[in-house]
Amino acid sequence: MTDTALEAAALGKRFGRLRRSAGWALRDCSFTLPAGRVCAVVGPNGAGKSTLLALAAGLMAPTEGVLAVLGGPAGEARARVGFVAQDKPLYPQLTVAETLRMGGDLNPGRWDARAAEAIVAGGDLDPKARIRSLSGGQRTRVALALALGKRPELLLLDEPMADLDPLARHELMGVLMSQAAQHGTTIVMSSHVVAELEDSCDHLLLIGGGRVRLAGEIDELLETHTRVSTTADTDLTPHTVVESRTTGRQLTALIRPAAPLPADWRTGTPTLEELVLSYLRNPGATTPATAVKSRQESVA
Amino acid sequence: MLEYRIDRHSGVATYVQIVQQTKQALRLGLLEPGDKLPTAREVVEATAINPNTVLKAYRELEREGLVEARRGLGTFVRRGLGAAPADSPLHTELEDWTAKALESGLDRDDVAALFTAVLDKHFSARQPTEQRPSEQPAPTKHSQGEPS
Repeated sequence: MTDTALEAAALGKRFGRLRRSAGWALRDCSFTLPAGRVCAVVGPNGAGKSTLLALAAGLMAPTEGVLAVLGGPAGEARARVGFVAQDKPLYPQLTVAETLRMGGDLNPGRWDARAAEAIVAGGDLDPKARIRSLSGGQRTRVALALALGKRPELLLLDEPMADLDPLARHELMGVLMSQAAQHGTTIVMSSHVVAELEDSCDHLLLIGGGRVRLAGEIDELLETHTRVSTTADTDLTPHTVVESRTTGRQLTALIRPAAPLPADWRTGTPTLEELVLSYLRNPGATTPATAVKSRQESVA
Repeated sequence: MLEYRIDRHSGVATYVQIVQQTKQALRLGLLEPGDKLPTAREVVEATAINPNTVLKAYRELEREGLVEARRGLGTFVRRGLGAAPADSPLHTELEDWTAKALESGLDRDDVAALFTAVLDKHFSARQPTEQRPSEQPAPTKHSQGEPS
């Protein structure tokens, strides 16, 4: 096992070489994800989340830059990586039981039949039911069973919870967390619903406009940002302002304090969702140094 | 076995909720020295929270000397907390007193206000010998008041 699950350096992916405009789905992405983390990949639609996950899964090659997966080139570690794409690709003509048997045949030496069967059983699925007869949420369950049965070191999930009901969502998130606790599996999951990931993830990768806007441990990111409210004529320098708004005589802002704050400012810790939304609403806000720092540390 | 209930909207950090609920169980005698806490895996399977959050809470409890981690076996209670288990005389007296308060027409808020006032009078300052940073649900940053 390596201690770095993902490491991107100046990673970029362009679709449609001939079109001159807006072909870059990802550009100039650099970040490090240590092994054993549960990482949320968050960003608006079309931000490049799915592209990043597909690159990590080794399903496509980057146009520029490098993405190392479990210490080697993406694609070489495929046996140790599980990937569930957004559309949950499965063979519609197979039954649930046949799909799991296929998982066993395709992953010799790694397959954990009991774990996979337990996940399917949690959904009361008939093993003889054909995949094509299943609902979207049931298909998600089978796809997750297939990915977890492989006992991957790195699990890449693209919008895994989108079509699950709240009960199944909670149960399967519990299964994922238990996998992480038991085997130290690194889990990377994308979503645009931040609140859904807040309690389960300890690492954040915020992508906007094809670039990494924020990357790091969630606790650290929340600690280094502060919500403040004060009078409208306040000068916020020397702090880094992510977002500020003036309503009447009041100024509210999300800042990265550069010095202790005056006692008469009212302050609070932002929630993860507030933090993410502030960055997404303000594409010009600078990316904090924490992401850069962790990148340097990993190089050293 | 202790079961944690995580309230996502309480504003209290998740690991602090686990610390508080464990201490509550220790105070009420639901957990006794020698008892085993649920494993991180059991907690996250039931609550879907991040495993590191559970480990952080257990480390905090360990730092306070309340539990100890035994390698490969799990986390065990080292000592109880307070002297007010559910069947103590103090508990009975409080029950009697609450019944009296109810009889004299006080509602829940009245009782809570009265109780808090008396608590504040007798426990005005935190004993400096007992450091319990985790018992303050809000980090010090919050002391300046929440912006609304």
